[in-house]
Amino acid sequence: MQPWLVNYFPILVFMAIAVVIAGAMLGGSLLAGWQKPYAEKLSAYECGFEAFDDARRRFDVRFYLVAILFIIFDLEVAFLFPWAISLGHIGMFGFWSMMGFLGVLTIGFIYEWCKGALDWE
Amino acid sequence: MVGQLMNWQIALPEIVLAGCGLLVLMVGVLIKKQNSAQLCSMLVLASFLVAALLSLSAPQDVGYNGLFTLDRFAVFVKILVLIAASLAVVLSLDYNTHHGIARFEFPVLILLSTVGMMVMVSATNMMSLYLGVELSSLAIYVLAAFARNDVRSSEAGLKYFVLGALASGLLLYGMSLVYGFAGSLDFASLRAVFTTETAQLGAVVGVVFIVAGLAFKISAAPFHMWTPDVYEGAPVPVTGFMATAPKVAALAVFVRILSMPFGHLLPQWQQLIVLLSIVSMVWGSLAAIGQWNIKRLMAYSSIGHMGYALVGVATGTEAGVRGVLVYLASYIFASAGVFACIIAMRKKGHAVERIADLKGLGKTDPMLAFLLMFFMFSLAGVPPFAGFIGKLYVFLAAVQAGMWTLAIIGVLTSVISTFYYLWVLKQVYFDQSEGAFDGRAPSVSFVAGLGGLVTLSFFVFASPVVNAAEAAARALFG
Repeated sequence: MQPWLVNYFPILVFMAIAVVIAGAMLGGSLLAGWQKPYAEKLSAYECGFEAFDDARRRFDVRFYLVAILFIIFDLEVAFLFPWAISLGHIGMFGFWSMMGFLGVLTIGFIYEWCKGALDWE
Repeated sequence: MVGQLMNWQIALPEIVLAGCGLLVLMVGVLIKKQNSAQLCSMLVLASFLVAALLSLSAPQDVGYNGLFTLDRFAVFVKILVLIAASLAVVLSLDYNTHHGIARFEFPVLILLSTVGMMVMVSATNMMSLYLGVELSSLAIYVLAAFARNDVRSSEAGLKYFVLGALASGLLLYGMSLVYGFAGSLDFASLRAVFTTETAQLGAVVGVVFIVAGLAFKISAAPFHMWTPDVYEGAPVPVTGFMATAPKVAALAVFVRILSMPFGHLLPQWQQLIVLLSIVSMVWGSLAAIGQWNIKRLMAYSSIGHMGYALVGVATGTEAGVRGVLVYLASYIFASAGVFACIIAMRKKGHAVERIADLKGLGKTDPMLAFLLMFFMFSLAGVPPFAGFIGKLYVFLAAVQAGMWTLAIIGVLTSVISTFYYLWVLKQVYFDQSEGAFDGRAPSVSFVAGLGGLVTLSFFVFASPVVNAAEAAARALFG
């Protein structure tokens, strides 16, 4: 075995513990629980109402577009936090790299705005 | 460390080109005119020119902490990629207007894809390489589906996306295996590792995965199955683009990655490349026979041509790399020319793409028929056209490296492939016409004329190209 693989040993332990705990919870309730299923119990719980219709139905493609556009800016924030923390170490090069990244995103934002991707109607 | 880090000027061509792309995008979206597509195409062509001049003049060095390099090899390939991309943009001018897809995003996407290819050929680290591959591929997925109301185009885009994602997955898996067993992503460190110690099995498996992923990108058989469908469905300028620029870039990556980090693993990868090469040459020449659609024919033809180029890669020598570069230089012009001819195939306002539609072209449009003859002869490798000189250098390298089998199979398959190139010309010159084509747009004539001129007169200025290719190859091995 490679010596540096030892560094990953805690992860292996962690995964083993996760499997054991999850298995114990599911298996324990399966074994020890009092199983008495009937139709009402097995049906989907929707705030006390009867389920209106099937959950697998078509929905507006615009939700998808909004979600995609959201992801981009979500990622931007995910990049900004580590950048802000380490700004003191990475100097001007790091600063301008992020400015370049933000500039590209801004241009993308202007593009989508002008193309009407943000209009619902 | 800091000195290397600040050595950012070596990526100036890419930075400027990417900046121009953003600028053109803004111009296109803010100018709400009907002809914004034409304007943006012109701006993109100007950007390509600027990028080419910058590539030639930028300082040649390693930078970005070893992520990126600019050497003669990269410059040579970048110029080829920029030429191929420019030809595709020129071809799109008339085609897109005629097919109602003249949107300004088209040239911008071609530009972004080109930036990705330029990063690919300069990458000296697995990460920057992967970044370039993804940037170039993502733009081409969109381009393949650019005629979004056309079912075949959408299908082509989806197919290319799914198989391209699979190829990227293979590439990444290979990279991670190499990283796991050799402990580095940097080409120079990898080379040092493989020089001092024998490669472990896992690293070799990683190399095999990387080769398979890249073979998908250049559509070498047996990783070619997406090619005919995607070529047939995608808009013709996109097909012309896909048949030239990405293949040039991906082959350059092949050459760099196999000679730089994995140079000492030659015995391990040589068999693999020989196999890819032979299967591509044989399949490219046999499967094309019996195709009735000229775009599918060109797809199989391009598979075969990748096989010939891989002959040069398989030798693993400086002469082999020189052969590959000369081959690619000769190939892009003939290929772009054929796609110009395909765009000219239009009867009563409708685009046709059966080979049978070319019947009698020799009488109805002698000039186009003449140019098509040049391209077909060049692709078949008939002297004195460009394709012959390309094949000559590739096979010469194979013979010098003692790979006689490969050279003989190459010559045999090019004889077989000559059959279908000549079969097209037979229809053009010896069959009765079924109606003439509509008049050609000047942009299409320009690309066909330029391609014809270069393929015909390549032997005149072959020596500077060969010298440049030789210098490029030396940069890699020196």
